[in-house]
Amino acid sequence: MKANCWYGKYHVEVVDVPDPKILNPRDAIVKVTSTAICGSDLHLYNGYVPGMMPGDIVGHEFMGEVVEVGPKVKNLKNGDRVVVPFPIACGNCWFCKNGLTSLCENSNPKAPLAEAMWGRSPAGIYGYSHLLGGYAGGQAEFVRVPYADVGPLKIENGLDDEKVLFLGDILPTGWMAAENCDIQKDDTVAVWGCGPVGLFAIQSAYLLGANRVIAIDRFPERLRLAEEKCGADVIDYERVDLFDALDEMTGGRGPDKCIDAVGMEAHAPGLTGAVDRMKQELKVQTDRPAALRQALRACRGGGTVSVAGVYGGLIDAVPFGSIVNKGLTIKSGQTHVHRYMKPLLEKVEKGDIDPSFVITHRMALDDAPTAYDLFKNKEDECVKVVLHA
Amino acid sequence: MTTMDEVLQRRGRSPGPHAEAGRPRFMDVEDRPDSGDSGDSGEDRTWGEERLAKGLGWFSIGLGALELAALGAVADWLGIEHRDRLFRAFGAREIASGIGILAQDRPVGWMWGRAAGDVMDLSVLAAALPGSERRGRVAASVGFVAGILALDFLCADRLSHRPGSRRAFSESGALEVRKQVTIDAPPDEVYRFWRDLENLPRFMRHLKSVQTIDAQHSHWVAKTAGMKIEWDAEIVDEDPGAMLAWRSLDTALVSHAGIVRFTPADPRPGTIVEVEMQIRVPLGPLARSFSNLFGKLPEAQVEMDLRALKQLIETGEVATTDGQPTGRPRLTAPASSEPQDADEREPQLAAEGGRS
Repeated sequence: MKANCWYGKYHVEVVDVPDPKILNPRDAIVKVTSTAICGSDLHLYNGYVPGMMPGDIVGHEFMGEVVEVGPKVKNLKNGDRVVVPFPIACGNCWFCKNGLTSLCENSNPKAPLAEAMWGRSPAGIYGYSHLLGGYAGGQAEFVRVPYADVGPLKIENGLDDEKVLFLGDILPTGWMAAENCDIQKDDTVAVWGCGPVGLFAIQSAYLLGANRVIAIDRFPERLRLAEEKCGADVIDYERVDLFDALDEMTGGRGPDKCIDAVGMEAHAPGLTGAVDRMKQELKVQTDRPAALRQALRACRGGGTVSVAGVYGGLIDAVPFGSIVNKGLTIKSGQTHVHRYMKPLLEKVEKGDIDPSFVITHRMALDDAPTAYDLFKNKEDECVKVVLHA
Repeated sequence: MTTMDEVLQRRGRSPGPHAEAGRPRFMDVEDRPDSGDSGDSGEDRTWGEERLAKGLGWFSIGLGALELAALGAVADWLGIEHRDRLFRAFGAREIASGIGILAQDRPVGWMWGRAAGDVMDLSVLAAALPGSERRGRVAASVGFVAGILALDFLCADRLSHRPGSRRAFSESGALEVRKQVTIDAPPDEVYRFWRDLENLPRFMRHLKSVQTIDAQHSHWVAKTAGMKIEWDAEIVDEDPGAMLAWRSLDTALVSHAGIVRFTPADPRPGTIVEVEMQIRVPLGPLARSFSNLFGKLPEAQVEMDLRALKQLIETGEVATTDGQPTGRPRLTAPASSEPQDADEREPQLAAEGGRS
């Protein structure tokens, strides 16, 4: 089969590889009909994530048709249409039973690597480095899905792939980011980053009762989507001073809740950015936390900063003093997709949300390398690429 | 509503009808695994490197004093040019190191600093070698300093293990491993699974097979590429549902003994499985010096085995990616599509048909 594989920095290639096989009794094999490139895939592409080996199949946002099930999978049969959540969860361990599926303690066969990095291991994830299990990913024609009796969500309503594909990752991610803010009815929420996750976070914040959402970015097409499709008041931080703008828009107090939907590759202009980049080169810090720093400073006292953006390692010069002296709550985590899939599917079915609005490019799996380039450089007003095998 | 009095009684900190039995296990020094013939207390174990540190401290002071007092004579003896300022600086540094080392009981930082100083000395000596009139002496000095550097290194490394903390090696040269996992199943069930020794290869991935010979004895075969490694083991003690103790009898390479305990994960449901093992490695005292490196490998193995046990019992299978497709660059001729030995982390399935 064809699969998009990582071979190094800025280097992915679609190559011919063996078809996946059932390896464990609870596996299923899914034939992929649609698969997307995630912003976090760019961290792999740009060489920021350790634990990658040349030849790893990447991709963790995928859906398709069940073509084979292992002997212990009773809830799925061949032909079923499913969306697969990106964290791999067994359903049996303490974490899974408590709704914390992205922390499943059984699904990472290389857990000691993650423990060395972070102290404890989270769940395995498709196509996202050997720290997280080294599982073959979803930018391929077929994928082996472990614990298929727990993860995949059956789609039986006839909705298009584009309406439901994002239930496997970015829609729940935006939702959980907003939910983590504990939004109260008069809240002003500020969202850093108007990529797909940020856009879903804006919509989710409103659906969770926020009074007003402020969206921060520098790309006109993304700001436009935030404004027109998501109802946000936008700040282009390259044209105005961000802190001044936030002050003006919040009567000097600052946003009540802040969402960092940017993560480790934050664009940092000026001297701070140059210093951040230099530190990354020198390996003194692994991630660039520009957006996070701003959020920590701008948030009102007693507010919450919800970190949806992906960070992998260590960050330098983060204003912990802001956290302590302003009494901030920080919430974060890999999305516990499993507990949001059904409720969000309902919202999509009812028409409360239409996630397909983020898609700007539809390409063939064969064009994955071009797609990565397009997405990384935000060329051609690219916001989200969906690949068809 | 809870009161502190109730809490203290419940946690066994004060006498009362509600006191729980005992304190947390890790505080009970008497419970620590017996490493066999050594009856060393915590203090004896650190005696060696503290003495070595003191020796190196005095040596530093002596050497520093010599460098300060007799710069010219030292340079002449080595047949190199006089570099008064440098030698004075080195001398001062040696004396400072020495004082720092002598001033503390466990001078970890100063010892590493001393090692760094040796590296400086070595580079100066090595640079001086070509221009020296007495190459033999310079070379000998390089050798000597290199030896001191090794001592500094070993001393600093051993000092950096805090007294009382678990060290990878006991005085007798046995590797000690201690690992725990929490499994969501009752202790009886987990015990029974483990007690049926033929189950062990299902989660101890380095084992090929275990055969029961009789109630106490079993024959074990390890999974290895090439040579056959097998041994007999016996169960020395058991408490059904709670504990199993074993040791290897004769062996080709390593001898080991250990205890596995199954305790309720109170207050949550489930079982805490705790393995304590001693492994005697053939290199003995030599291997001790590299305890950090060697200590990790059996630890990692035991941890992986316990994780596999947990996965097997909780999910019915062991999580794996062995046999999955990859676009690995081809290293060997196209393999068959059978998964390789489970020992290998990544299969050697070559990309069929090459790149498209």
